Amino acid sequence: MSLLADPRWGEALAHLPDYLGNHVRVSVAALALGLIVSLPLAIAARRRPVLRGALLGLASVVQTVPGLALLALFYPLLLALAALTAGWLGFSFSAFGFLPAVLALALYSMLPVLRNTITGLSGVDPEILEAAPGVGMTERQSLLMVELPLALPVMMAGIRTAAVWVIGTATLSTPIGQTSLGNYIFAGLQTQNWVFVLFGCVAAAVLALAVDQLLALIENGLRNRSRARTGLGGLGIAALIAATLVPAIARLHAGYVVGAKTFTEQYVLSALIAEQLRAAGLPATTRAGLGSNVIFDALTAGDIDVYVDYSGTLWANQFHHGDIRPRAELLAALKATLAAQNITLLGELGFENAYALVMPRKRAAALGIHSISDLVARATAMSIAGDYEFFSRPEWAGIQKAYGLSFRAQRQMQPDFMYAAVASGEVDVIAGYTSDGLIAKYDLVTLEDDRRAIPPYDAIVLLSPKRRDDETLKSALQPLLGRIDIAEMREANLRASGNDASSSPDAVARWLREKIRAR
Amino acid sequence: MPTTPLIAYAHVGKSFDDGRVVAVDDVSLDVAEGEFLAVVGSSGSGKSTLLRLANRLIEADRGRIAVDGEDVSDVDPILLRRRIGYVFQSGALFPHLTVADNIGSTPRLLGWPAADIAARVDELLDLVRLDRAQYRNRMPHELSGGQRQRVGVARALAAKPRIVLMDEPFGSLDPLTRDALGEDYRSLHRKLGLTTIMITHDMTEAILLADRVAVMRAGRMLAQGTPSELSASTDAYVGELLHTPRRQAERLGALLPRDGAA
Repeated sequence: MSLLADPRWGEALAHLPDYLGNHVRVSVAALALGLIVSLPLAIAARRRPVLRGALLGLASVVQTVPGLALLALFYPLLLALAALTAGWLGFSFSAFGFLPAVLALALYSMLPVLRNTITGLSGVDPEILEAAPGVGMTERQSLLMVELPLALPVMMAGIRTAAVWVIGTATLSTPIGQTSLGNYIFAGLQTQNWVFVLFGCVAAAVLALAVDQLLALIENGLRNRSRARTGLGGLGIAALIAATLVPAIARLHAGYVVGAKTFTEQYVLSALIAEQLRAAGLPATTRAGLGSNVIFDALTAGDIDVYVDYSGTLWANQFHHGDIRPRAELLAALKATLAAQNITLLGELGFENAYALVMPRKRAAALGIHSISDLVARATAMSIAGDYEFFSRPEWAGIQKAYGLSFRAQRQMQPDFMYAAVASGEVDVIAGYTSDGLIAKYDLVTLEDDRRAIPPYDAIVLLSPKRRDDETLKSALQPLLGRIDIAEMREANLRASGNDASSSPDAVARWLREKIRAR
Repeated sequence: MPTTPLIAYAHVGKSFDDGRVVAVDDVSLDVAEGEFLAVVGSSGSGKSTLLRLANRLIEADRGRIAVDGEDVSDVDPILLRRRIGYVFQSGALFPHLTVADNIGSTPRLLGWPAADIAARVDELLDLVRLDRAQYRNRMPHELSGGQRQRVGVARALAAKPRIVLMDEPFGSLDPLTRDALGEDYRSLHRKLGLTTIMITHDMTEAILLADRVAVMRAGRMLAQGTPSELSASTDAYVGELLHTPRRQAERLGALLPRDGAA
């Protein structure tokens, strides 16, 4: 099949006004904020070497923090701040999405602006600096009429660098809930939709290049005192911003926002829920690719209305319980805990996505291994692989303790490669996910947790506090509850991990919904 | 000489770096209205500092400086500078402004109407002998050194000051341009009734242009007076400074006889 004929290009294009508009808005706001803060600081520092050193040092340190970490740090910070203002000043704000992204990106934009403004101002000929008061200018007039105009080309070069950095880094604001061109990349990476990944990368690069060239035109105009070039560049930037704002304004309508974490199953389930709501006549959009530390808080704050989480994850990670309870008991306890926070646990979807020890079916049969207990005697000669967090999670400690399990070697792997690795015999056992489609694909088997060391991970639908009494929403979602079994979810996940047109989350969600309705 | 000098330095002192470098040491100097005074000294003699004290580009530590009978420390330094013309070493034109905008700097700061500024700019271009139409919209980097300094002089004169301070104004120009510009300025000084203090390290230039010459060394005023008064000075340094122009004059007189007699 021709690459260009792939219908996923069309799907990607359909998201472009939304993603691009959000991307431009968050970038422009961040750059504007960065300039508002950096320019006065740089001007204040121009004749204060100590302040200058401190500012540049601080900005350089900020620059060394990885973009993703900087963005992620602002979320809890703002959340705490929002809680404070709510308690003391009686108002709260959303610590989700736009605000943390703008703050982090603004911080990121500061170094080139500070550095170039300071360099530009200190590059002004000392004789000119004396001529300004000599003809009778005040310090302010000297700054505005002489120093800044002379430093402007150098400053503009810094602004240009900052703009390109911000546009590039803004793709990382997707996990904290800010829609951006990064949505293509994050979704594409998760669902192995390379069309999306490519589309997102190209779109971000084209945007950065376009802005860079327009700013270069302005810089060139300033350097050569050409009003025409400066004006043209300014006009281009204004047109770009206007073009990306128009669809956003047209699209401003209230609707249900369905959240999703950063893995395939979540993309499929959020698409399924959105589809289900739309079928019931309710407007719905998805906000996918949210970090698992962000998504629950986003629900609490009402930034998203509904999403699917897993009972054991909430129990251990969100509410920090160390004990493991039987399935029904844990669900009941969780429901009560969530209700205390006004969050509705609407119900289970019907399958579990738990950690499980997984082996090739034939090998397990040959060795007579059916449960983890059977594995214990042979484990010392075997190797195990898990995802990046598994070996530091409480589940692993629990399994080791309950079974006295000890392997010859343990390795960390990208989840997608883990299944192939165990199927090919590169490792003996993996810590996989029960709903993963690759289990069926590679003919693997999950070992029974006969001592109940792994907590239950029922997929559950959660509603935000503001949707607590929304009966329309509840009845629209009701048909999904208890209707997705593990085999169906595995197949859906397998389909979604494919690399063709029928593997987009929307397509798989439609398939899954047909399956559910057919019963 | 009128009884009240237009510019009067009385026991003025200025040091830098917490008193470690004494730039001006107990200098007293009167400049009469209409007078052209040249201050001569080598670099580091404090002559530039002395000049900058008059319009408060530098603040004095000690002593009193009066302009038109008024203590400059009682006057708003910005307003003071706007009524005193200042010519910098190599013009120091604002590189981002046209010739016309450079000349109009001070009038614009004083809030003159645009039409008045434009008329004044043309008048000044005539005065410093630059063609109006040709130079008005040029940028400084398109001018020669001499043209740049002519614009520098025009800028200093734009707001019709009575006083002009010049800091080695012709130092960086070639000898012919320098001579022409010096002569042109000298006639402007007379025609407009200006009072001028010019800093120079060149005694010949000082003698040829100024009414009176003051000699500075290591922050102190060694001597001041008309060229003939100076030549009566017993100070060794002053004698040394006068030696060069004197010897040059003699050699030139011998080598370039005017009447053609060999």
